[in-house]
Amino acid sequence: MARLHEYQGKALLKQFKVTVPQGRVAATPEEARAVAEEIGKPVMVKAQAWITGRASVGGIRKAATPDEAAEAARAILGLKVKGFTVEQVLVEEQVDIAREFYAGVIVDDRAQAPLVMFAGVGGTGIEDIAREHPDKVATTHVDIEFGLQDYQARDLVRKTGIHGTLQRDLGALLVQLYDVARTYEARAAEINPLALTADGKLVAADCRITVDDYAVFRHKDLGITIAREYDRPPTRLEKIAYDVEAGDYRGTFYFIQMAEDFGPGEGYVGFHGAGGGGSMMSMDAVLRQGYKLATFVDTSGNPPASKVYRAAKIILATGPIDGYFGSGSGVASQEQFYSARGLFKAFLEAQLAVPAVIRLGGNAEDKAVEILEALNGRIPAKVEGYKKDDSPDFCAARLDALIQEARGKKQEVQITNHELRITQPLNHLTTYSFETVTGGTVTYDHAICATCESKVCIEACAMKILKLDEAGCPVLNIAPADAKKGRCSECLGCEVDCLLYGAGGGKVTLPIPGLDA
Amino acid sequence: MSILIDQTKRVLVQGITGREGAARTRLMVDYGTQVVAGVTPGRGGESVEGIPVYDTVVEAWEHVGPIDISVLFIPAPLVRSAALEAIDAGVKLLVIVPDRVPIYDVLAIAKRAKSAGARFVGPNTLGVLSPDKGVLGMIGGRAAAAREWFFPGPVGVASRSGGITSSMAYYLARAGIGATTLVHVGGDAVVGLPHPDVMLEFERDPDTKAVVMFGEIGTSQEERVADLIEAGAFTKPLIAYIGGKAAKSGTRFSHAGAIVEGGRGTYEGKVARLREVGATVVEQFMDLPGATKAVLAKL
Repeated sequence: MARLHEYQGKALLKQFKVTVPQGRVAATPEEARAVAEEIGKPVMVKAQAWITGRASVGGIRKAATPDEAAEAARAILGLKVKGFTVEQVLVEEQVDIAREFYAGVIVDDRAQAPLVMFAGVGGTGIEDIAREHPDKVATTHVDIEFGLQDYQARDLVRKTGIHGTLQRDLGALLVQLYDVARTYEARAAEINPLALTADGKLVAADCRITVDDYAVFRHKDLGITIAREYDRPPTRLEKIAYDVEAGDYRGTFYFIQMAEDFGPGEGYVGFHGAGGGGSMMSMDAVLRQGYKLATFVDTSGNPPASKVYRAAKIILATGPIDGYFGSGSGVASQEQFYSARGLFKAFLEAQLAVPAVIRLGGNAEDKAVEILEALNGRIPAKVEGYKKDDSPDFCAARLDALIQEARGKKQEVQITNHELRITQPLNHLTTYSFETVTGGTVTYDHAICATCESKVCIEACAMKILKLDEAGCPVLNIAPADAKKGRCSECLGCEVDCLLYGAGGGKVTLPIPGLDA
Repeated sequence: MSILIDQTKRVLVQGITGREGAARTRLMVDYGTQVVAGVTPGRGGESVEGIPVYDTVVEAWEHVGPIDISVLFIPAPLVRSAALEAIDAGVKLLVIVPDRVPIYDVLAIAKRAKSAGARFVGPNTLGVLSPDKGVLGMIGGRAAAAREWFFPGPVGVASRSGGITSSMAYYLARAGIGATTLVHVGGDAVVGLPHPDVMLEFERDPDTKAVVMFGEIGTSQEERVADLIEAGAFTKPLIAYIGGKAAKSGTRFSHAGAIVEGGRGTYEGKVARLREVGATVVEQFMDLPGATKAVLAKL
C-alpha cells in the first residue's frame, strides 16, 4: 500500500475543504525559516516519515520564531529512524487544541465495504481508544454506491454522545474525509488527532492516508513512484526492481531487499519464490535451515522468461550471497521452463559461483530441470533442479549441503569445458535482429545459424513468430513492429534452447535500467 | 457431489479472445467444463475453440440460453465493468481471475452482487476445480496435467494461494486422498468468497467429509472460520496450515491480503483461534496429507 506523507495527505484533505494548519513542506533549515516567516506565528516542525511515535524520537518540535524553526529543522533533517532518513519537514502553525477526536475510514474485508470510524477522544491509536473508551467509539459501514450521507455521519457522531453544532460540524467533516478516501481509493484514511480549537474550529492536526496499490495508476497526480508497502524507504535495487515490474504488465514481480552490506559466508541466501503462498512456505524452509534472506522475491502469474531473468540479475546484485534458492508452490499450473530459461541466462551471464537449488514443479517440469542442470559445467557453481515431488524442506536441505560442500572446496574452478561458459560472440556483418517489448534486442548470427542442424529456435519460440529464410536461418514471420509490440513474448527459447540444442547463434539482450551501469 | 462447479454448469468466458482467455478456455473445455459462449466487446461473430463469441453478455444469453457461471480473463482496470455486466445480465456466479483489481472496484462488485443474489470467487484467483467434473479458471494449466494430478475423493480443498491450491491437492492425491472440489479463494484483501463462505459450501456438500485449508497472515478469514466452527455452523473436520509465520508486521509478502496490520491477522492469533475450536493445525505444510489421513481414518 502506498502511504502518503502527512503533508501530502493534508493537501488532499484541504482540497476537500477540511481545515488543515497553515504550512508547507521544507527540505532545508533555510526553507523551514522562510515558511515560518511566512506564517508569522509560532510553528510546529514535523518530520515527514512513515513511522509512528515521531514525537518520542524528537521528530516533532515547537518553534516560537523563524530562527527556532530553522534550528528545529536542522535537528530533524537527516535524523535516522527505523532505517528511514528524514528528508523533509512540515512547518505549520501551532494549533490551539481544546479537544481531540479521531476520524477514520478503512476498507473492511469482512463486510466488503468501507467502514467509517469516529471517536470522541483522539491522539492515540484507534485500537487503544476502542479498548479504553469503547463507549466513545462509533462505526458504520458505507454503501459504496450511495456514499456516506450527511445524516448518517451525524448519527454516528451522536452515538458518542456529542450534540449540537459540534455534532453537525463533525458529521460534515466525516463526509469530507470519506470523500477523500473514496476519491483517492484509500485503504485507510485517518485524521488523528482531529482538533477542536479554542475558537471552535475543527482542524486536521495530523493524518495518515494509504492508497490502494492497485489503484495508484488512476491517481498519477499523487506522484507515487513505488506503489508498494515498505516500512522504510525503498533501496536502490528495490527501485530498479519496481521499474522492471512497472514496465512489464505480464505476470507479477515482487521484490523486497531483506539485507544490505553483508559479507560472504554470513549465511545470506538469495530467495526467489513463485506464487505468494508457496513463496512464504519456501522462505520458511530456508529459514529453518538457519540461513538469512538477502531478498524476498516472487515472480508468478505466468511471467515471461525475461522477467524472471531480470529478477535473478537483481537478486544477484544484492551482495555476496552464499546460495540461491528458488522455490514456489511446487505444483504450478504454468509451464515451468520459461522460468528455467530466465534463471539459466542470468546464472550463465553472472557466472554464478555459489550453489543454486531451484524447485520448479508443475507443468513441463522435466524440461525445466533439464535446462537448469545444463548449467553444471558452464558456471563455477553447482545447480540442482527439483520437481513437484520434492518438498521445500528437502530442497532447502540440499542447498545447505551444497553450501557446506562449496565452503570446503574454497572456490576451485570447476568448469569442465571452458567453451561452454558463454554464448559465442556475434559477428555484426552477418547478424539479423529485432527489438522486443521491454526494450530488448534479439539477434541471430546467421553465419552460425547456417551451420545449425537442429534449427531448434523455430520450435522453441513460444509465439511461433520465426521462420527459416532461404539460407536456413531464422527470421521473423511477422513485421518487426509487431514483434516489438509484444508478439515476441521474450520466451528466451531462441537463446537458451539455441545454446543447449542448437548452434548457439541466438542472443537476447535485455536491459535493466539502473543495474547495467 | 462437489461445490460451485460440475459438468452440468453452463459457463461463459469473458475475455475469451485474449491470450490467457483462449488458452484457459482450451483447458476448461478439454477437462469437461461446459463452456457455452464467450464475450469480447467488438469481437462478436468470431469463435474460440469452437465456442461462439458475442459482443455482450446479454447477447450471449439470448443466443445460447441461461448462463450459470462467468469466468473473467479481463485486464484489471476493466474488471469492474465486465463483472457488473455479468451480474446485471443475471449470472449468479463469477470467477474473477486477474490480479491487481483496485479494491474499491471489488467493493462495487460486491455490493452489486449482494443486491442481485450473485456471488464471485476472486479476484486474483486461479479458480475452482472439481476432479473429473469441471474446472473454472486455470487450475492445472492443461487438462492432461489436471487429470494426472487430481482425482475425486472425500476432501474439500480451500486456499488463499493459487499455487498452493494445486500443490495441496496434489500432495493429498499422492497420499491416496481425493477431493470433492478445490477452491482458490484469491490472494487479495477483499475477495468475494472467502474461506468462511467456502466452508459453508462444503458443509452443505454430502460428499465432503473433511476440509483442508491453507490460510495466511492478514485479513480475518481464518478467525471467521473458527467462529463458524464454534457456532456449530461448520461441523466437518478441518485440517489447516497457516503460511507467513516468518513475516514481520507491516511488511507485505506478495499477496495483498497477506499483511499484518495493527496486530490483527497474525500467524499466532490464527493458529491459536483455530486450535481452540478443535481444528487440526499442522506446523509443516508437508504434514497436511498425513494429518488428513489420520482425521479421515477416525470418521
